[in-house]
This record gives sequence, structure tokens and C-alpha cells, in this order.
Amino acid sequence: METMTSAGKVDSSFLKEVEKRSGEKLSLCYQCLKCTAGCPTAPYMDFRPNNIVRMIQMGMRKEVMESSAIWFCVYCQTCGTRCPNEIHIGILMDTLREMAMEEGFHAKEKNIHLFHEAFIHSVGRGGRAHEVTMLMEYMLKSRDLMADSLFPGVILFLKGKFPLLPSLVHGKEEIKKIFERCTKEK
Amino acid sequence: MKFSYFPGCTDHSSSLEYGLSTHEVFKALGVELVEIEDWNCCGAAATHSLNRLLSLCLPARNISKAQSAQAGPLAVPCAGCFSYLKRAENVLKNDEAGRKEIEEIVGFTYQPSLEILALVDVILNRIGLEKVQEKVKKPLNGLKVACYYGCALVRHPKITQLDDPENPQYLDRLMKSLGAEPVEWSYKVDCCGADLAMTYPKVVKKMVGKIVSMAKEAGAQCITTSCGLCQMNLEMRQDVGLPIFYFTELMGVALDVEKKENWWKRHLISPKGLLKSSGLL
Repeated sequence: METMTSAGKVDSSFLKEVEKRSGEKLSLCYQCLKCTAGCPTAPYMDFRPNNIVRMIQMGMRKEVMESSAIWFCVYCQTCGTRCPNEIHIGILMDTLREMAMEEGFHAKEKNIHLFHEAFIHSVGRGGRAHEVTMLMEYMLKSRDLMADSLFPGVILFLKGKFPLLPSLVHGKEEIKKIFERCTKEK
Repeated sequence: MKFSYFPGCTDHSSSLEYGLSTHEVFKALGVELVEIEDWNCCGAAATHSLNRLLSLCLPARNISKAQSAQAGPLAVPCAGCFSYLKRAENVLKNDEAGRKEIEEIVGFTYQPSLEILALVDVILNRIGLEKVQEKVKKPLNGLKVACYYGCALVRHPKITQLDDPENPQYLDRLMKSLGAEPVEWSYKVDCCGADLAMTYPKVVKKMVGKIVSMAKEAGAQCITTSCGLCQMNLEMRQDVGLPIFYFTELMGVALDVEKKENWWKRHLISPKGLLKSSGLL
């Protein structure tokens, strides 16, 4: 597919690559803006979900990969449920984040990235998520003191809802193997 | 009647009272829950954000454990865990290349006969509201409840295949059967902000603030939910003191099961005042 603009031909290789990898037919988008209208985190994004789709169509790889939008998506799937062309933007955002990290782009929302990583590391260690070690890793790496969460966090700890010791699976080796295979094949 | 049961990581931590109340309620209903052996994390939001394959293989290991247990359909209390298990199931069922890759990595053979059900679906459509109603000892006296579904139970509807994605009724019907009065409101499927609460608490405070104030405006005395993260965000990030129950806790009140005190003390906003003034404590 070749698109002509006043500036000349548009390189559609980025669009093709993202469509193939995400399985989402982004060429169908006619900018009805339903995705952005229903998106609860759109007000905090630098580009709105409908902009991201258009930018991909226009081949703006760097701008998309370095956007805050791909990190602010919380996968609530309101957009994908309402899209008249059945484009699942949540899956698109997942794909873009994964591609951005593989291609060495800088995560515009560093802390969101670090939090996801800390969570994954916690699961990799014992097969189950453990809040205390996960939050410690996140705080150390991000230097985010989590001032807004500290007080309620301490209360939850006192209520026995943040146990100090993690609950571990017996099949740690199985989990390790899954992690190795899923990381190696990327 | 019996079901396989996937508790999820927060069963031991941030949603302790969800698991405790679920077990008491199922005991009262005479339905057995068999915890699947050596289950692991469903992958949660973090894995699909950065590693799609891992986000499918982690739930697939749980699916393989549930298959070998042969203890009936897999019942999942947490809406988040439910949606990630269903997402993996969708690939295992409908994408042959994807299925082969996952089977090879996890080391199992997928059997499409295993059903994966949200706990609320189990109660409504397997156990049945008639049976629940038979066991009600303390009707909820017209307690005004806002039923909050959030994202994961109803979206994406093709994956979760559960209720209407814009105006779901499952929790509303359940609450009615317990003698509560579910309120009509427009925010039942709006997102609570999920794990942005950790990195952008001010954003989540705004999102939660809207949900809680709209519930209050609709006349609700409390909100009920089926998701651990929603419950925590709604309790932690609001200023108005509206109690947030897991739906199993309200079932426990109506069925008048034991050890409820052990649930109330886990809440950041104590629901005891409301229960007392409604004649339920």
C-alpha cells in the first residue's frame, strides 16, 4: 500500500510490521475517535489512541515508540470493545511497548516500565507475585519514594495484607524454564 | 457439586478477605472448591505489557494443572486473573501455531474441554440464585449497593464471554437475590486505573474519585466488586469513606456465615458502621 501526501510517498513498512505483529488491522481505522472518547487515561497521554493509529499509518516509528501514550494504556479494553472496525488498541499498545523495548527505544514513562519489570522479576523469582520485594525493587530502581502510597501501604501491612515472606511455588524450575524460553525466543 | 479453584497471588495478601469470604460462602452453599496444585501467578498486567509470550505461558501452566486435577470447571475469583486465563485459553483454542508454541514451552497438551469461569458466573449459572436464596438467613434489608464490574470481567467480551460489556447485570442480580437494592449508575464498567496507582497515584485518585462520587450520587451506601486491584484502589484512593465490599462478603452477611469479623478488620474503610446501622451486624 502506498499513500501519497503533499510531502510525497509515505513509507508503509512500519504499518505493515505493526499490523503483522499485533494481528490488528490498523488500515481500517477511519478516525471516528470512539477509542479516545472512551479512554480513561487519554487525558494524560502525549498523543491520544486515535493519533497513535494515524501516526503508525504515516510511518512515524520514532514518535510512536517514544510516546508516553504507549505506557499510559492500562489495557482496560474500552477502546477495543467499542471500535466499529474491531481494532483492539490494547493489544496494539502491548505490541508497541514490546517492540519499543526490543528496538532499544527509551521508555518515555520510565517508572511505569520499571514497575512492570519489578513485577515480572518478582514472579520469576518464586512463581507468584510478592508485593514487598516487588515494591522494594521498584523504589530502589526508580528512586520513587511513593509518598502517596506509603501511609496506606503501612496500614495494609499492619492488617496482614502485605506479608513479609513470599508464597512460593514448588515447581520453581518449571517457572524458570518458562521464563528462559519466553525471553530467549524474543 | 465441585470446582477447581485458582486463588491467585492476592489471595494470600492484598485481597485476603476475598478468599476467606469465598471459602465460607461456598461451605455454606455446600459446594466444594479444590485449589489447583502448585498454581502460579496469572501473569497480571505487567507480563502482557512487556512480554506477550510469557503472558500466555504463565496462565497456561495453571490451565495444565487444572486439567490434571480433573476436579471440574476452573473457578476464578479475581476478575484480573480470570481475564488473563481466558486470554490464554483463547489462543489455545483458536490459534493453532500459538497453541503449539505454548504447549511446547509449558510441556502439556491442551484439552479444550476444561471450562474457565469467573466466580460470579459459577454462582449465577452453575449453582443458581434459587439455591443461594434458599440459604439466605439475613436478607440485606434493601442495602443500596453500587455494583462495580470494572474492566476485566466484561472486556473484551469476545474473550470473557460474560454479560453485557456496557451494562452488565450479574452482580446486580446476585445482590437483588440477597435482598439488597442495586442502584442504577453509569460508572459500573469504568476503569479504576489499575496499577497506575503505584506510579501515578494522583491520576488514579481522580479516576477513583469519579467512580466513588458517582456511586454516592446514585444513592449507594457501598460499592461491591469482584477484583482485588479494583477493591484496593477504590478503598485506598477515595476521600469519602464509602465502604467497598467483595461481593462474597455481602453474600457472607446474607448467608450469615462465621468468622466475618476476620474480614472486616482487613478493610481500610471499615464497613462495620454501615452494617450496624442497616441492622446486619
